[in-house]
Amino acid sequence: MSSRCRAKLVVIGIAALAVSACNREERHSRSKPIGETVPAGESPNTIWPGGSAPAALDPRAKLYDNNAPAISQGQQLYMTMNCVGCHFHGGGGMGPALMDDEWRYGGRIDQIAASIAEGRPNGMPAWRGKLTADQIWKLAAYVRSMSGQPSKDAVGSRAEGMSTTTPATLAPREPAHSSDTAQQ
Amino acid sequence: MTMRARAAAMLLPFAAGACSYQQYQSIYGNAAVEAQQFNSLFVIFLVVCAVMYAAVILFLIAGLLRRRRAAEANVVEDGRHHESHPAMRTGLTVWAAVVAVGLVGLAIASFFADRSMASAAANEKLSITITANQWWWDVQYNSADASKTLRTANELHLPVGVPVRILLHSNDVIHSFWVPSLAGKQDLIPGRDNDITLVPRKTGIYRGQCAEFCGTQHAHMALVVNVDSYSDFLKWWQHQLTPAAAPTTPLAQAGYHYVTSGPCSACHAIGGTPAGGTVGPDLTHLASRRSIAAGTMPMGEGNLYGWVEDPQSVKPGNHMPTIGLEPAQLHAVVAYLETLK
Repeated sequence: MSSRCRAKLVVIGIAALAVSACNREERHSRSKPIGETVPAGESPNTIWPGGSAPAALDPRAKLYDNNAPAISQGQQLYMTMNCVGCHFHGGGGMGPALMDDEWRYGGRIDQIAASIAEGRPNGMPAWRGKLTADQIWKLAAYVRSMSGQPSKDAVGSRAEGMSTTTPATLAPREPAHSSDTAQQ
Repeated sequence: MTMRARAAAMLLPFAAGACSYQQYQSIYGNAAVEAQQFNSLFVIFLVVCAVMYAAVILFLIAGLLRRRRAAEANVVEDGRHHESHPAMRTGLTVWAAVVAVGLVGLAIASFFADRSMASAAANEKLSITITANQWWWDVQYNSADASKTLRTANELHLPVGVPVRILLHSNDVIHSFWVPSLAGKQDLIPGRDNDITLVPRKTGIYRGQCAEFCGTQHAHMALVVNVDSYSDFLKWWQHQLTPAAAPTTPLAQAGYHYVTSGPCSACHAIGGTPAGGTVGPDLTHLASRRSIAAGTMPMGEGNLYGWVEDPQSVKPGNHMPTIGLEPAQLHAVVAYLETLK
């Protein structure tokens, strides 16, 4: 291989790396209006009974999952919307823990977003109509980071305030399974 | 551009800054005791240092021009200091005295400026907490009587002649509180208590601006400071303490319903209504303020429409989301917000 050819390959390699970095930092300050993204009254189908094939992942997932600005803004929302009040900093209290491997309503980002938007029995309020879809998906992106799902370069290394939990960059990745399959 | 035109262009900003009638946002505003003291201190330092500098340069030029005299050539090297010219000895003594007096004078001037500011801080009559957020100012008037505690945003009202202690906090990143007409900058640092004391001297309206880069909308993080007479200030405080009036027109009532039950209330509080969010600016007397979105736009119906419908086009990246209100909802919300006088 000539040195020129090698140099070209190096340039292409660096460009490819740079492109992959863009994905992590994409910011979007505008959200689609609530009414357009989730028609009022209709619940997205994110729960499927055991055995049946899971539905395809919501296309919005790739905008928010593993996206550094979405995760950090979700973290702010988690504090300001008082998710802390029930779920604490992931350890759970009145609400279930979010940093473990157990997901009652699924641990996929679209399933978490649906849980936030629609609310769940026994206390989880519905946030649709209070938060925009954009904010709900950012929250879902942050909630996933609590159990170490996103890659470590997308999460912040420190919490916004005082925190006793492990820094997100050191959080172990929990295998996400739903509660019915979890070991009792 | 000719030489003269270029020189004029270079001097123009300085001349503009010196204009005394421009007090809205000017370090020459002298609208508070602090700014006045800083400015007089600056003038004293400037004059003393300029005189010393001129004297040094004059001596240097004189030394260069003076011819070397053979008899006095090596007085120092030959250990004959005592033979140096008497006039030179006197000159050096006087020079040392002038330096000493100048330095002591500067020290005394800064000492008194410092003491007078410290005494103002010790005699605070009003306590205000300002919490900076990306990208707006949360203003809270503290009072021992909890029913007199007042929360507003992006507008600071101060009584003239009263020492005001402002406690400075930040919720996210480092910001800096800077009202050039009143005082110098003071940083707001997350997790730390900081404060600044002001004694306003002149009534008027001044502009403050965040002076520490704090993110995309740093430039749109301004603060209106309204210095009133003490009675006007109390009147304003009393008015701000009243809860928002119930809307009377059907349109405003529809807006009230949307604001208090919809997404607005997740972040904003309106006194006297169920809207109790503490994340965004308090809207209780929104329409009585001079600006929208921390000095981004003047308060007015058209600007309210633009801001409520699409805050992300007016101030991209700010934390107020574009909700996507339907036209009927938008008319109602703006009609209600306009009643919040």
